[in-house]
Amino acid sequence: MAAPGLAGLFAVYKPAGVAWSRVREALETRLLRELNAAPQRAPRQQVRFLPRPAPEGGGAVELVAASVPVLADHPLVRGPRFRKLKIGAGHRLDVKASGVFVLGIGHGNKLLTDLYNCHLTKVYTVGGLFGKATDDFSDTGNLIEKTTFDHITREKLERILAVIQGTNQKALLMYSNIDMKTQEAYELAVKGLIRPMGKSPPIITAIRCLQFALPEFQLEIHCLHETQQYLRKVVHEIGLELKSSAVCTQVRRTRDGVFTVDDALPRTQWNLQSIQEAIRNCQLKVQTELEKTLAAHEENSPLHQLDGTQLSMLCRSLREQHNTAESCQRGDGQQKERG
Amino acid sequence: MAVWARHAARWGCLLSTARAAAELPRRLGVAACPARACPEPARRAVLPAGREAALCGLQGHRRLSARTCSPPDCAKDAAFSAPESNLPSVQQEQAKPEILPDLNAKILDEDWDDIPPSSALEVISEEEAVQIIAEPLLPIQSSTLRDYVDHSETLTKLVHLGVDLSQVEKRQKAGQLLLTLDFEKDVKKILLFLKDVGVEDNQLGPFLTKNPYILGEDLEALETRVAYLKSKKFGKSEIAQMVSRAPYLLLFSVERLDNRLGFFKNELGLSVKKTKDLVIRLPRLLTGKIEPVKENLQVFNSKLLRIRERHMFLVFLGRAQYDPAQPSYISLDQLVSLPDEVFCTEIAKASMQDFENFLKTL
Repeated sequence: MAAPGLAGLFAVYKPAGVAWSRVREALETRLLRELNAAPQRAPRQQVRFLPRPAPEGGGAVELVAASVPVLADHPLVRGPRFRKLKIGAGHRLDVKASGVFVLGIGHGNKLLTDLYNCHLTKVYTVGGLFGKATDDFSDTGNLIEKTTFDHITREKLERILAVIQGTNQKALLMYSNIDMKTQEAYELAVKGLIRPMGKSPPIITAIRCLQFALPEFQLEIHCLHETQQYLRKVVHEIGLELKSSAVCTQVRRTRDGVFTVDDALPRTQWNLQSIQEAIRNCQLKVQTELEKTLAAHEENSPLHQLDGTQLSMLCRSLREQHNTAESCQRGDGQQKERG
Repeated sequence: MAVWARHAARWGCLLSTARAAAELPRRLGVAACPARACPEPARRAVLPAGREAALCGLQGHRRLSARTCSPPDCAKDAAFSAPESNLPSVQQEQAKPEILPDLNAKILDEDWDDIPPSSALEVISEEEAVQIIAEPLLPIQSSTLRDYVDHSETLTKLVHLGVDLSQVEKRQKAGQLLLTLDFEKDVKKILLFLKDVGVEDNQLGPFLTKNPYILGEDLEALETRVAYLKSKKFGKSEIAQMVSRAPYLLLFSVERLDNRLGFFKNELGLSVKKTKDLVIRLPRLLTGKIEPVKENLQVFNSKLLRIRERHMFLVFLGRAQYDPAQPSYISLDQLVSLPDEVFCTEIAKASMQDFENFLKTL
């Protein structure tokens, strides 16, 4: 049986050290327990004729009509009312990462696919440590090498970050399939809606340094289509670029599309009431974001589908038509003048 | 889910041809004699041979046999006909005017020459109409006990005891077993035996939910096993405790119990007394797999995550003092077992909101 009215999107704060599937199962178990604890409807009644010792005595029994509950509706026979809930997960987080984790219940699962197709950016806080290099780029892996890091300064780090951001910007423009020479492209860029609307490799749209205290540092990364392991690899590569080595100590998602850390429910609030409230609070935000993104990209869709060369050819052909039209008019005019 | 087939001898006739249907009363006569042969279905109607047999899917005319334990139906029947034994009286019933309560029922009288036809539109008297019981037939096969619980005395009494039938029906063959048992004859004896052993009244329901198979066991075998445990110097209350905690214990034969106890004594090298202590506390060791079993400490029961969060919160606040000599010492017990609100206000001296905000920074 479907859950009653419990449908929509909400975010939880996934703790580090558990798999995302465990989080989903824990939520499902908790919600099922609370839903089944609610009072069930009373069993149907049926009329049976039950024996009763006759008032005259003497061992005779007489039948008395009595309304007794139908045992087929008894909770011990029927079992729990809800046995499963459809809870879907949004962008996943691996075991070592923590942060905002979006889930959908019931009809909300359809919104999950819509949100996925919006290709909104996610924001991570990534902590790193200079001086070590491991095989899986995190601080719990097998140590490969140790290096010095005294020569690293904040300016050098920020220079590297700027280089990373630049290369990723080029990739962003390439994968979003817009010709940069058009007016539409400019308008989208002004609104900040230039995004790859299809599959693409991981792209970092913004990266900056939050804290720097040798050997530790903390970065804020805005990215698309990423995995947490990719972010750890980025940290490792930053270490290499700075002629040292680095491992990633923490990956924490602080924002997933429209869901921020404030919207995410901590583990102490994983119960039916808080989840219902969270769904209600986030409904409006999700709706506006979906409408905005889908509308913006629908307006420009005919031009959007053409890539750069096709677009410029179209423009050229339009210009040529315009020129021939003009020359025809001029020709007529000249003819008229002559004639 | 288990699917149970009703006893074919009784119900297969319903789906068979008219000839088999004509044999129905004879077969019922045979089947009703053995005591344990489906006493529950015996409560059900002996359908008059012939057309009702063919109406298996439709509303059937049901007359109840005198064998039933259910008095109201018995008494009703007594008023209506004289079914001291349904079996020889089949001819008698056939001779009676066939009264069909459902006027939509088709009458296939072409094939059965030996049965006097009657019309469904025949007028019947009020008394006769009132005395007809027309209920839908019970399904022959079902994957749930819901369909049978209202008609089965055993199941009804078990539900009143507190047995969770929705869990029992998921077990293999457990539902079939319960349907074939008779409350007065079999189940009662075993329940009394369990009470003797020491299982509490309110525990009988959960016990039977976990172990419905015990109702099918032989009473003597069960008593032998309890005698064996007593011979090993387990006290009465200790046996009661073991049986309550590990419902499957009494299903094991004496040799198996012996092997298991011997295993614990020899492999783990424990003395007799220690084995006894261990087994009394954790009788599920005996019923579980024979693999080296680690001590089950409460603290490490996958609450590691919770402990880690609380510890980090205390470190963040500067209150992580685990040295008993220092002031404001926090014991491991307090760290682990207190509920969240108490932990926050008493130990960490912070609000729940602070704790939640901290959790979101981890």
